[in-house]
Amino acid sequence: MTTLALAPALDRVPRRSRPAREWLAGTLFVVPATVLLLAIILAPLLCLLVLSLTDYEIGALQIRWLGLGNFEKALSDPVFRRAMGNTLLYVALVLPGGVLLGLLVALLVHGRTRSRGFYEVAYFLPVTATLIAMAAVWQFLLHPKLGPINGMLKAAGFSEIAFLSEPSLLIPTLTVIGLWNLIGFNMILFLAGLTAIPRDLYDAAEIDGAGGPIDRFLTVTWPQLAPTTMFVAVTTSITAFKVFDTVAVLTRGRDGSEVLLYAIYLEGFQYFKMGYSAALTVIFLGFMLAFSVFQAFQLDRRVHY
Amino acid sequence: MQAARFPLSTGRLLRFAGAHAVLMLGAAFMLLPFLWMLLTAIRAPDEILTGGLNPIPRSLHAIENFSAALQQAPLLRFMLNGVIICGGILVIQLLVAIPAAYALAKLRFPGRGLLFAAVIGGLCIPIQVPALPIYLALAEFGLLDSYFAMMVPFFLSVFAIFLFRQTFRGFPDEILQAARVDGLGEFEILWRIVVPSALPAIAAFSIFSIVAHWNDLYWPMIVIQRMDYAPPPLGMLFFANSETGASYGVLMAGATIITAPLVLVFLLARRRFVQGITMTGIK
Repeated sequence: MTTLALAPALDRVPRRSRPAREWLAGTLFVVPATVLLLAIILAPLLCLLVLSLTDYEIGALQIRWLGLGNFEKALSDPVFRRAMGNTLLYVALVLPGGVLLGLLVALLVHGRTRSRGFYEVAYFLPVTATLIAMAAVWQFLLHPKLGPINGMLKAAGFSEIAFLSEPSLLIPTLTVIGLWNLIGFNMILFLAGLTAIPRDLYDAAEIDGAGGPIDRFLTVTWPQLAPTTMFVAVTTSITAFKVFDTVAVLTRGRDGSEVLLYAIYLEGFQYFKMGYSAALTVIFLGFMLAFSVFQAFQLDRRVHY
Repeated sequence: MQAARFPLSTGRLLRFAGAHAVLMLGAAFMLLPFLWMLLTAIRAPDEILTGGLNPIPRSLHAIENFSAALQQAPLLRFMLNGVIICGGILVIQLLVAIPAAYALAKLRFPGRGLLFAAVIGGLCIPIQVPALPIYLALAEFGLLDSYFAMMVPFFLSVFAIFLFRQTFRGFPDEILQAARVDGLGEFEILWRIVVPSALPAIAAFSIFSIVAHWNDLYWPMIVIQRMDYAPPPLGMLFFANSETGASYGVLMAGATIITAPLVLVFLLARRRFVQGITMTGIK
């Protein structure tokens, strides 16, 4: 307390030297971060943009300038078009499913008292489990002959379903696994949002005649949760757009499951067509920026202490 | 509406039962893969091949399956690699991000606005974007297939800078002033006064970082060819592919070993995990 009381008086002594001291300390403190920012984000980004305009391949003797040739090629490349279509379909399925199921579970769990811990653990467990290992488990669960899911289908009198080989079923199957992996995470975010709703809003709604659970949800919960819902929707879209792990284990991008990141991986790191892969990455970055500009805006409003 | 028609207790009871029915159904779906993984890991091969639905294994084959899994692939080595990579990444992320965040939050210096703008911009760029040029650079210097290659793109976490800056901004300026008057340098003020007050945020970020890098497949898959450097997910991919003769019991035993560490840490520190997610909100 004495130090605080003295502070205004003593402030005059270091004031002359303070800006210089701050300049020096501030500059020194940000040197490592700035160097890394240049080396692992900005320089690679610039390099990526240049590469995307060339036909560079590892081991090629000369590099040709293609201008926008790679992008034109991508737009007419059936493999890329399928990858783009599948990725957007995956996002279109996972986004509403992940948001609505996450919200439903959070609403039901929020009302529990003694069993809340159990449900939190059960729904969150898939988030912490290494997805690659669990994808191998899913492969076994969905096995046409040995898996219990087809076993149950057959016991119920249905014929077996080739979840992981029938091309038209690949994206729906990956969607179910994606949702399984994601719902617990969204549940936690919604639970935090629900906890932040002031109780007296519900009391006020009751006085205004909104007493039933559905009325209370529509008049209080849903509007109050709007920022959380926006945030969950954006993070879910980004996660879904980056689908890769399950594809790498379960289908390796075979017919019907080509997705954008797997196409980038194949072109760049398996076929070593660096220029073309860079162009696809620039397209990927365009989508990320569209989602993320929104997210950064949301994040700024969210994190307050 | 329901509450008005039924006596209060009946309406409540119905809602209670309904909620539990839906939640239990969902929980069964969430837990089924874990349950079946464990049950298959202790089942004998001939019983697995019948594809039966019987949950209880007829004979215990746990020791055979787990020792076969450990022999077929260096699973413990994968996990040691995971610990080395996650630990190395986290330590450097904290050492780089904490001073930068403090400077952005509390110090005036030239270029502050520009740097903060770059940090915000960096938030929008996932690893897949700089991956190609960083790979080319690592190949050029002969650094592929190393721990360094797996860690270097993550040494800077713009997210950590962003999160810590928000946290440090709330630290009272009067205390900083008083410490300066007492003759403390900015370095000491940061590490001895500000950082201890920000431990919850640092713990939250640490959990986020460890989970993200323990589970990351994309980057290791690009820079690692040699199995003895593989982190758990890449090791699991090798293991799942090399696995011959459809020995699912062994594969499930391997999956159990690979998933166990993070699941156990989660079960032991559930509150920290939940806090970490609500604080960072990013996967």
